[in-house]
Amino acid sequence: MKRRDSLKAISISSLGLAVGPAEAAVPEPAPKPPIKIPGGRLKEEAERDARLNAEKFFTPHELQTVTVLSDIIIPADTRSGSASQAGVPAFIEFMMKDQPRSQTPMRGGLRWIDNVCTKRYGKPFAQCTKAQQIELVDQIAFPSKVAPDMTQGAAFFSQLRNLVMTGFYTSKMGIEDLGYMGNVPNQWNGVPDDVLKQYGLSYEPSKAEEARK
Amino acid sequence: MDQFNITKAPTVYDAVIVGSGAGGGMAAYILTKAGAKVLMLEAGGYYDPADPKYITQLKWPYESPRRGASTPLRSGGDFDAAWGGWDIEGEPYSSKAGTEFHWFRSRMLGGRTNHWGRISLRFGPDDFRRKSLTGVGDDWPIGYEDLKPFYDKTDRLIGVFGTNLPDFPNEPDGYFLPPPKPRLHELMLQKAGKSIGVPVVPSRLSILTQPINKERGQCFYCHQCNRGCQAYADFSSSSVLVIPAVKTGNLTLQNHAMVREVLTDQRTGLATGVSYVDTVTLQEVSVRAKTVILGASTCESARLLLNSKSPRFPNGLANSSGVIGKYLNDSTGAGRSAFIPALMDRKRYNEDGVGGMHVFTPWWLDNKKLDFPRGYHIEYGGGMGMPGYGFGGGVENLNGQIPGRDGKMKPGGGYGASLKDDMRRFYGAYVGMSGRGEPVPLESNYCEIDPNGVDKYGIPTLRFHYKWSDYEVKQAKHMQDTFEEIIHAMGGIPLGRKPGPEQNYGLAAPGRIIHEVGTVRMGNDPSKSALNKFQQAHDVKNLFVVDAAPFVSQGDKNVTWTILASSMRTSEYLIDQVKQKNI
Ligand SMILES: Cc1cc2nc3c(=O)[nH]c(=O)nc-3n(C[C@H](O)[C@H](O)[C@H](O)COP(=O)(O)OP(=O)(O)OC[C@H]3O[C@@H](n4cnc5c(N)ncnc54)[C@H](O)[C@@H]3O)c2cc1C
Ligand code: SF4
Repeated sequence: MKRRDSLKAISISSLGLAVGPAEAAVPEPAPKPPIKIPGGRLKEEAERDARLNAEKFFTPHELQTVTVLSDIIIPADTRSGSASQAGVPAFIEFMMKDQPRSQTPMRGGLRWIDNVCTKRYGKPFAQCTKAQQIELVDQIAFPSKVAPDMTQGAAFFSQLRNLVMTGFYTSKMGIEDLGYMGNVPNQWNGVPDDVLKQYGLSYEPSKAEEARK
Repeated sequence: MDQFNITKAPTVYDAVIVGSGAGGGMAAYILTKAGAKVLMLEAGGYYDPADPKYITQLKWPYESPRRGASTPLRSGGDFDAAWGGWDIEGEPYSSKAGTEFHWFRSRMLGGRTNHWGRISLRFGPDDFRRKSLTGVGDDWPIGYEDLKPFYDKTDRLIGVFGTNLPDFPNEPDGYFLPPPKPRLHELMLQKAGKSIGVPVVPSRLSILTQPINKERGQCFYCHQCNRGCQAYADFSSSSVLVIPAVKTGNLTLQNHAMVREVLTDQRTGLATGVSYVDTVTLQEVSVRAKTVILGASTCESARLLLNSKSPRFPNGLANSSGVIGKYLNDSTGAGRSAFIPALMDRKRYNEDGVGGMHVFTPWWLDNKKLDFPRGYHIEYGGGMGMPGYGFGGGVENLNGQIPGRDGKMKPGGGYGASLKDDMRRFYGAYVGMSGRGEPVPLESNYCEIDPNGVDKYGIPTLRFHYKWSDYEVKQAKHMQDTFEEIIHAMGGIPLGRKPGPEQNYGLAAPGRIIHEVGTVRMGNDPSKSALNKFQQAHDVKNLFVVDAAPFVSQGDKNVTWTILASSMRTSEYLIDQVKQKNI
């Protein structure tokens, strides 16, 4: 029995309460299951994240295409792994739900690519050969060189590249690749001596400090 | 909401303070230390930067599913210590057609001081007498000498690093902790500045580079003051003022209390207390106090007074002059960033430093020789920072301008191994600069009660009317020219197109710089000002305003250090007046 029906049933039979149709039409929201609030999050934030995580945006085919493209943008090399090894497709999936304004350009862009590939190669992008995929990417990856009939593809590729870059370089793997060494308690004592020397710079005492001596 | 109760709390407090930011926090600290029984009402929730429940400091970007991007609940992103931001659900505001104002609000203990930039600049002697010096604007009813003792005490109570700047008479001396040494790009900025006559000197930030007492720790250089410091090594009103005030046993702190209006005795015309909505239970509560102190922030304090209408005060409380809401003014702002080829392929080391710039440029020119009447200072950014949301974005606009390792140019954008290589070469090779300037306050820039708007508590909301004048636009043009000069002197490549007249030279929309002041002016003439020179209402002697609403103008400095010093001054004046039985 739906909640609305159960309210009616209660009002008529057992309790004899007068539940007007208007009240009955607005059922009380189902009680929310208690949610774990991680440190540094407000309750509203934890609820929002839980809701977004429960949603799904990409179809399996879309996710596959995003994964192939992400790894073309950031492939593995001797220093670090690829975008998908750093969890980038899952990050992009989350961002689509977190910032819904990105959804149409993303979904439409993926569709645009598949459409071009089907016309040209008889298959959607993810099923094309590596050589065909690169042939297409070369035509949309350089906005200043793009042909007039491929500009939508270039706009889409730039959007995707931005997401892949952020996703990769904010992952543990990407941060290590860049060599960022902070986010730990330390004592700042200035630029290391060898670096100062390399740039021909030094910590001269300021005029004010000299005057005080 | 089923029942609509007005609960009268029985206690009569010595003072009720509305808001727990810089102004409210300082008043609570001074009054409770002096033994007064004080009630503090704060619309937002409790916050303590040292409580793991709230800590975001030292988290990595991948600990956020959005890698620290902003959300409707935190404009500054997942790790930022400001709950709220440009829009707060259920608390709207509006602007009159053809004008614009952006209003940043934090709803939490400590207000916007939990994530603010910690740039702590005293006003100088000239900042209080701009009308006398230039013929435009207005003078303050007080001078630097009136505030100096309170700036001094604020320096020592809260702690600020910096250096005295004898070459800059309008940047007064203070009690400074040692400033951190410049980072690499900051040394390059200093050198470039020297070559073109733009001074680049140690900045002034309220961060403890040395311990000052047992309650607070020392900075450990994580570059994250905007997340709040669990060591209490930077200034937040929550950790440095309100929590110590609670510890005196004299402060009753009530969070989730959204004040609706100031209550008055229609016979005596004195304030008797305030009424508020409990934002959790939605109950209406009235509380009584001998003195009412508003520190709800510039625009909120004006809103509260305008909403406190009664037969005796038909224009709103303390508003017989009709000036409340008028002369709203925010700092000007414009910025530019650059790529510095000399910084490519840098050696890696931990360059985090404090949570802000180690050097800055105070106003260094003479407006008499320029076509705009007020100055600005320049704030700098850059370095090998922790990647966050947005990192690597727009690379297609950059890597086409930089020759590759083989010396050849390639088209911007791309993918694959060469893109990855670009990111390694470019990391830490950027600088950014932002001008922050003084506007000329205008009567025609104001906030008022929106005749059609209410928030979710039924409290009438604000409507803004704000337009920059030519003075500010010309100042922004000067900023842009200076930025380019500095960038070129560094051998840098300016990024993006230089904003021209059609974009007001990149002048940020009013409100965007978040230094709004002026809506409840102080002055000696009760027909032109709402408050006297002690920030006490001309019309209601037991009503005070301790945020930036009383300020006549804002200098080419960020305002918070002046909020703290003047709130301290007003609080000591109040104690004195009570002793003399004047209140
Ligand atoms: C990103 C950012 C960077 C900044 N950087 C700097 C800087 O480097 N230097 C500088 O000088 N300034 C800076 N500022 C500005 C600085 O934060 C403000 O000047 C300062 O916090 C203002 O203090 P306040 O006490 O007036 O108000 P706030 O700090 O805004 O606090 C007001 C409090 O009152 C509460 N309140 C409002 N209305 C009500 C009501 N009706 N009932 C109950 N409570 C209410 C609010 O919830 C809030 O907690 C920055 C601001 C931002 C947002
Ligand atoms: S930079 Fe220093 S003061 Fe700021 S949050 Fe980090 S440790 Fe605290």
